[in-house]
Amino acid sequence: MRVIGGLIQALAVALVLALTLGTLAAVAWRAEEAPRLGPAEWAAIRFTLIQAALSAVLSVALAVPVARALARRSFPGRSVLVTLLGAPFILPTIVAVLGLLAVFGRNGLLSVLLVLLGLEPVQIYGLHGVVLAHVFFNLPLATRLILQGWLAIPAERFRLAASLGMGPGEVTRVLEWPMLRSVVPGCLLVIFLICTTSFAVALALGGGPRGTTVELAIYQAFRFEFDLGKAALLSLIQFGICAVAALAAWRVALPGGFGGGLDRVVERWGIGSFWLRAQDAAVVVLAAAFLLVPLGLIVARGVPGIGSLGAPVFAATGRSLAVALLSALLTLVLGLALAELAQRRRGRYAAWVEALAALSIAVSPLVIGTGLFILIFRLTDPVALALPITAVVNALMSLPFAYRAMAPSLAEIETVYGRLGDSLGMRGWARLRYLVLPRLARPMGFAAGLAAALSMGDLGVIALFADPDRVTLPMQLYALMSGYRMEEAAAAALLLLLCSLGLFWVFDRGGRLRAGA
Amino acid sequence: MLALEGIVVEQGNFRLTADFVVEAGARVAVLGPSGAGKSTLLSVVAGFLAPDAGRVLCDGQDLTGLEPGERPVSIVFQDNNLFPHLTVAQNVGLGVKPSLRLSQEEAAKVEASLKRVGLEGFGGRRPAELSGGQASRVALARVLLRARPVMLLDEPFAALGPALRTEMLELVREVAAETGATVLMVTHDPGDAARLGGQTVLVADGMARAPVETQALLADPPPELQEYLGAG
Repeated sequence: MRVIGGLIQALAVALVLALTLGTLAAVAWRAEEAPRLGPAEWAAIRFTLIQAALSAVLSVALAVPVARALARRSFPGRSVLVTLLGAPFILPTIVAVLGLLAVFGRNGLLSVLLVLLGLEPVQIYGLHGVVLAHVFFNLPLATRLILQGWLAIPAERFRLAASLGMGPGEVTRVLEWPMLRSVVPGCLLVIFLICTTSFAVALALGGGPRGTTVELAIYQAFRFEFDLGKAALLSLIQFGICAVAALAAWRVALPGGFGGGLDRVVERWGIGSFWLRAQDAAVVVLAAAFLLVPLGLIVARGVPGIGSLGAPVFAATGRSLAVALLSALLTLVLGLALAELAQRRRGRYAAWVEALAALSIAVSPLVIGTGLFILIFRLTDPVALALPITAVVNALMSLPFAYRAMAPSLAEIETVYGRLGDSLGMRGWARLRYLVLPRLARPMGFAAGLAAALSMGDLGVIALFADPDRVTLPMQLYALMSGYRMEEAAAAALLLLLCSLGLFWVFDRGGRLRAGA
Repeated sequence: MLALEGIVVEQGNFRLTADFVVEAGARVAVLGPSGAGKSTLLSVVAGFLAPDAGRVLCDGQDLTGLEPGERPVSIVFQDNNLFPHLTVAQNVGLGVKPSLRLSQEEAAKVEASLKRVGLEGFGGRRPAELSGGQASRVALARVLLRARPVMLLDEPFAALGPALRTEMLELVREVAAETGATVLMVTHDPGDAARLGGQTVLVADGMARAPVETQALLADPPPELQEYLGAG
């Protein structure tokens, strides 16, 4: 069993290396035959950087007042709201886009309102649409990270400030500003990094020469121009952008859980004025509306059509569920194997393993997809392997989060029970079965839920390979949207939303129950 | 017979040496100030810590290079002796086979050892449902079942009240007598050493000294022990 365990660990390392550095090497090799960068490619690079920078700055700037309000006010529904802030992480991108269209689109709520007032309807497609969607996804993330910073300020400091007679302005300068200075840069970097790999948002809301990200350009070179060399060159550029951003953001702030420990409110003094309370209330209401109205519209518009969904949608749902479950299983195996490896070999090796687990943050799914295509298209038909490839690439994308969830728990298990297990001669399967798995149930459930939900809603690598007759649910939804079959699209979006959240809930809940048993 | 031959452990400024023999079946308290290296000594025998020099022999067998689970040794820690997610019977059963695939006969032995420590019918419970004393009894039931020649106890009853501690020490003596095991028990309490009723290894000033009769030692303590005990 020890041998098998070692073998699985070696295979996990080999698979992660092959999928990240291996595909990158294939891309680099193929990029040599590419033409030089044209104006369209430069435009894509420029657009990628500008939209990511704008998205990061706007998300963080808007998150600061929301986090401050959440940190210092307690109100009914606060903990629900904090939990909801974690939800966009597992929300399928394409569903959110549909929800945003329902509010900000040409026929959306906002446009209807503007037309009633005699104004022009809003135009969502282009840079501002992409940035809007990215803010929708990352405002909650930024809020949670900054809220953590706020709650990390010891309550005694606020008490001391109150006893010294400091007003809100002085508290901000003395206590809150230094905290923000340490938290905000990491937050900006993480969101910038996330937005540089944006594909589905750009696909749905960008497009055209002035709204194409590098990821989208890879897809277009691949799918419409059949120019593998150009796709490879763009992949190399994409990797460069990601790698620089990832190095900067390394270890800064990846979400390790959903709102854990964010449940308390710091007791504060001197913030009872009507003006401050009204300000906080307005901020919270606006933020909640920005997040909830689009989702509410998905539900409201999806319910009537759900009975009339066609067989293709259900077939796509079945395929997506299978991909999601496979991906979750693979994520757990990879995450556990790497976490065990880091545990067994402490010191410098452990740092390498940790870096390996995080490597996929710097490699975008489309780069991996392009590399895989280059590697296998001479051997077999990549389209026939579209679903397994999607599951594998999705697992790789979830790996950093799964590792972060499981590795610290595994280390704790070894610290507390390792010697007892050793003294009883528990090794290999017995150790895994009776020590590791039962005690790791909770983080494993969380990781599996995350991986399944992310895979369920993923619209990335599948777009490169997909066979039009065997698509996943997000692909099917995108096709419905492109065909302006909006009623059916709304119903399919609701179904996708339910599947993603349901998968996360089932796994996370299962882990908690096992851990409690 | 347990022999520690020229043992040296060095960790930064910390240094511990040991070179002595413990007779088979002896009950030995390991006494000394905190930080002197009492637990380190047990870790070396249990195989958690490889000494920088020297070796441990048990009945002539060199233990160097053996994994903790392969050594002829059972150990009871200060806490976390039971896995909270397993039942009492499973926790004891691990002492028979780590795979927990027990035959009917082996399962009966588990039940018998639980009965022996006064926990008949407790097999289906989880550790969270036990009192501190009961948890200690479960750990001793497992030691009884494993019946290894050496029994190591690392301040196992420190969290228990005086009456329970006396009771547990009595049980330790009985288990040791039934299995014929050599006992090494770390304690910081001279009273526990006296109640164990055998010999004492004094660990102080970087050295674990050869075992001597506890009664004689406590009656006429050497200077290092006097310093530890305080008012002489």
